[in-house]
Amino acid sequence: MSEIIDILISASFWAAVIRIASPLILATMGELICERAGVLNLGIEGIMVIGAFAGWMAVYQGMPLWGGVAVAMGAGMLFGLLHSTLTVPFGLSQHVVGLGVTLLATSSASFAYRLMLPEVTSPPKIAPFQPLHIPGLSDLPWLGAALSQTALTWAAFAMAGGVAFTLYRTPLGLAVRAVGENPAAVEAQGLSVTGLRMGAVIVGSGLMAVGGAFLTLSAFSSFFFEMVNGRGWICIALVVFGAWRPGKAVLGAILFAAFDALQIRLQQTPLGAALPYQLFLALPFILSILALILMSRRAEVPAALMVPYNKGER
Amino acid sequence: MRLEAIANPSAARRLGLPALAIAATMLVAMLLALIAGANPLAVLGQIAKGALGSKLAILETLNRATPLIFTGLAVAVAFRARLWNIGAEAQLYAGAIIAVVLGTGALGGPLVLPLSALAAMLAGAALLLGPVLLKTRLGVDEVVTTLLLNFIMLLLVGYLLEGPMKDPMGMGWPKSTPLIPEARLPRIVDGLRLHWGFALAIIAAVAVWVIQTRTTLGFEIRAVGQNPEAARFAGMPVNAVLVKTALLSGGLAALAGWSEVAGLKGHLSSDLSPGFGYTGIIVAMLALLHPLGVVVTAIFVAGIFVGSDAMSRAAGVPTYIADMLMATALLCMVLAILLTRVRVVRG
Amino acid sequence: MSKDEGAEVVLRLDRISKSFGALKANDAVSLALRRGEVVALLGENGAGKTTLMNILFGHYMADEGGVEVFGQPLPPGNPRAALAAGVGMVHQHFTLAGNLTVLENIRLGTERLWARRHPDSRGKVERLSRDFGLAVHPDAKVGRLSVGERQRVEILKALYRDARILILDEPTAVLTPQESDALFATLRKATALGLSVIFISHKLHEVMAIADRCIVLRHGRVVGEVDTHATDKGRLAALMVGGELSLPRAEARAPGPVLMQLDGVTTPDRGAVPGLKRLTLALRAGQITGLAGVSGNGQAALAEVIAGLALPSAGTLTVHGAPVTDWSPRAALAKGVGRIPEDRHHQGSIGDFDLTENAVLEAYRSRFSRRGWMNWRAARAFAQEIIASYDVRCPGPETRIRLLSGGNMQKLILGRAMASGPDIILANQPVRGLDVGAIAYVQSQLIAARDRGAAVLLISEDLDEIMGLSDVIHVISQGRLSPGFARGSMSAADLGLWMAGQKFEGADAA
Repeated sequence: MSEIIDILISASFWAAVIRIASPLILATMGELICERAGVLNLGIEGIMVIGAFAGWMAVYQGMPLWGGVAVAMGAGMLFGLLHSTLTVPFGLSQHVVGLGVTLLATSSASFAYRLMLPEVTSPPKIAPFQPLHIPGLSDLPWLGAALSQTALTWAAFAMAGGVAFTLYRTPLGLAVRAVGENPAAVEAQGLSVTGLRMGAVIVGSGLMAVGGAFLTLSAFSSFFFEMVNGRGWICIALVVFGAWRPGKAVLGAILFAAFDALQIRLQQTPLGAALPYQLFLALPFILSILALILMSRRAEVPAALMVPYNKGER
Repeated sequence: MRLEAIANPSAARRLGLPALAIAATMLVAMLLALIAGANPLAVLGQIAKGALGSKLAILETLNRATPLIFTGLAVAVAFRARLWNIGAEAQLYAGAIIAVVLGTGALGGPLVLPLSALAAMLAGAALLLGPVLLKTRLGVDEVVTTLLLNFIMLLLVGYLLEGPMKDPMGMGWPKSTPLIPEARLPRIVDGLRLHWGFALAIIAAVAVWVIQTRTTLGFEIRAVGQNPEAARFAGMPVNAVLVKTALLSGGLAALAGWSEVAGLKGHLSSDLSPGFGYTGIIVAMLALLHPLGVVVTAIFVAGIFVGSDAMSRAAGVPTYIADMLMATALLCMVLAILLTRVRVVRG
Repeated sequence: MSKDEGAEVVLRLDRISKSFGALKANDAVSLALRRGEVVALLGENGAGKTTLMNILFGHYMADEGGVEVFGQPLPPGNPRAALAAGVGMVHQHFTLAGNLTVLENIRLGTERLWARRHPDSRGKVERLSRDFGLAVHPDAKVGRLSVGERQRVEILKALYRDARILILDEPTAVLTPQESDALFATLRKATALGLSVIFISHKLHEVMAIADRCIVLRHGRVVGEVDTHATDKGRLAALMVGGELSLPRAEARAPGPVLMQLDGVTTPDRGAVPGLKRLTLALRAGQITGLAGVSGNGQAALAEVIAGLALPSAGTLTVHGAPVTDWSPRAALAKGVGRIPEDRHHQGSIGDFDLTENAVLEAYRSRFSRRGWMNWRAARAFAQEIIASYDVRCPGPETRIRLLSGGNMQKLILGRAMASGPDIILANQPVRGLDVGAIAYVQSQLIAARDRGAAVLLISEDLDEIMGLSDVIHVISQGRLSPGFARGSMSAADLGLWMAGQKFEGADAA
């Protein structure tokens, strides 16, 4: 027990929590935007993979780190365009299209990787984002260490704030919230349901891809095939857990990251050594299922989520 | 733009559009070959040759198709009831685990095979039961829960292979102790490397087809999938139907893993399935969820994978081209199927 | 109430045509609306009224013809252009987002999406509420509002955008007679301020009460245009229907024994929709019991209990003298309850199933299978029997049911419900959305069932239908049930007071 308390009060633990939460926050915000507009985006897992790959590859080819972030975002938006074209104007099954997009994005990344690096056995490293030194803040005891984070982490949190502000404080956000609830209301007020939904999916997919790029550009410094490893699906659970609200979803991501960081550290303890490490690795997935169960009765699902809108359907 | 239903789509539309989807996939294949700096037509030819060019190639394709028929059927059955079982991968491994548990000496004699097949089906069914009950009782989306279970299951397999099931003679390879001979599925014809799992898969497809078209359960499954509200109003026990569907679906997916272990590999390893569970979704969608169609599309998909492996070695185009083609085929096909039923009109 | 013939024409539809597949929904329809006038667009269901207005509002594009607003041609297929030109539409199915507040719904789409500053929307909404008599709280969540309040929000939405032309599609369908009067008062205020109104309806007395002029549509064509002060209901009805077809009226009969009895039946509330409140009701053999009420007052909950979809949380349900405990759709069918659901498309049928499959949905276990194996030959014969005896117009039993018209779909559902000779019949909105011919057919079948000795419960929001068919009428309001009123003992206005819930307070106090 005292081991756990030691872990929980250490600054390095909280630094890890914030680091682990960052990609989750980015991708969860992306998914949240899509779902608020009424589209379930199961492409998230693959879009994170393509984001991780594209960002990393761009930097490896000589682009600056932020250039890599932009390339990742662009790649994600491209797959968002594909997803939304099929699910919004054509109204195809969001389940099937989402899985198809995940498959296509994942295999595209693998294909491109092999094409560009046919011979390598272990992927090359890039110079990733480094923790920002913020005068004053970084010198504080404990807090300075816990907040020793890269610019991309700061950007992730700022972005979550931006999503919340846009959703609740701007006419655009009002329209997005409305289109996920009742697209007919949006159309009757002269706005384009197709435009809003496609826009939401494209922007949301861009954010998911940046979440993936965080893994290669900030967390680790190279690309592995299995590196996203279900994080996308976890983010879908986080959206539900956060009841489709940005603030709660961020809290959920942090809570989740705390468990993840804790399990990594518990593995090092005598207790952890006694248990199979796979059990610890499974914890995030088990937690996600528990979160879904916990929220099942209470969440206010956007009423038109997964309901395609065909203009003038009779 | 707006979609308008077509009352009676013409035969040209119903057949032409899916053909167009296949053609589009071919086009993407050639494009990818070009990007990889290979001759597009040669690449297509090498894929075809790798899949069907020799007796050995054909047998390899059929062997590869066997688990895909099972997972494709599992998905087709579930999707027909609008039960989004994306967890065939986990159910497959559940079946594989049972094949090892019962096939490495726990049981003996001629009954090993049928008993372990039955137990494998039960294990797969049980694995899907949880997500389905969560869906019917609490309204938890089964897509996410079944997906998450895939990851948990793979970790479980990893644990078993390093612990209780570890093959002491494995020389560090994470694989299980091998099955005893009585627990192995024999070959259909002596000397040909094709095991009875393939025949069993075809039998399963026919059985599913009969269930869907001739039985009250099949009628219920289709009704619940098409319109659960009307099914409930008419007196169908919707939740019970979903549970039965799940048991069937999970059982079929488990047979994929069971037959891979008992028929092909003879042991369990963590790379037993290169995503057969996920590929089953493509197989089922390409077959328009028709159980007999699943056999055809499974062989087609298996051919693409086997052919791509061969082509990759020869032409240097990464083998992942097969996964890209499958994803492309899936997306093109669902769009094509939609367009057989609706037309796009202005305003 | 004659208006100045010379007043400015604010809206002109010129030879609008629109087809959906083979169906010609609008055929060269022309119409002119003047400033300050109310024009009624009258026609039975499927006559093309809603299509015409959806073209005007830009939801659809016309195949031919054009729209002019204040002398300017309106670009087709663009709701935004219609809104900007001063056209406001109140749809039959409200277009409101329930998760947003009244003010948010009104503001939606009125500002540039990236706008940083918001105009004083609250002040304007409050002023409009006052001026037009549309009381509703701007910060209330729309999902919690009553139907009448939601309609006020819809009208406010149009007024907030400075609409000069209001289109109301069947606005009274969801209102009590008293609420309708309040709506008419609002419309009179609007026309006095120079707005023009198109009022879509199939209710003659409303058209006579509110409209200056009336344009009658039939099969997508204009078949008449008359000043309301120069005509009467009879002539309008003849124009609308185009023939002598009259709806059946049931004659009174002596009722038999009670076949189904509800005692103190209570069901839980569902959000803003009230459940049943200690409801007591007896359905007698050989009698049509009419249930009147504004939609969303517990009709759905009552129908669910009778259909076997829900058990009361308190109270008892007695069928054929025995209280039921094990209650489900199957149990209801086994006890001889025939059910015609409210929603043909979502509850009554499976669109992509053929007629055979739809015909056996209820009885596939008991009559068309053995040991789990379907007997498709018998099923097909059964479907053919229904098609023949209920005059279902279709190419054959293998036609997918979603290709059928509403009337033919309803006939198949009717045939399915009647096939087992039920002696208790739940008819929930059995003729909504049907054309006159199908209405007459369905209603005559209900009367025939009654005459055979069945107990029929007819649930409808159409007071005329209830009063025309029922031997005894109950009114439901907020989940409470009025006493039964014998045929002819109550006027529509009296029933309206019950529908509005006012009489219940008196009854409760007594």
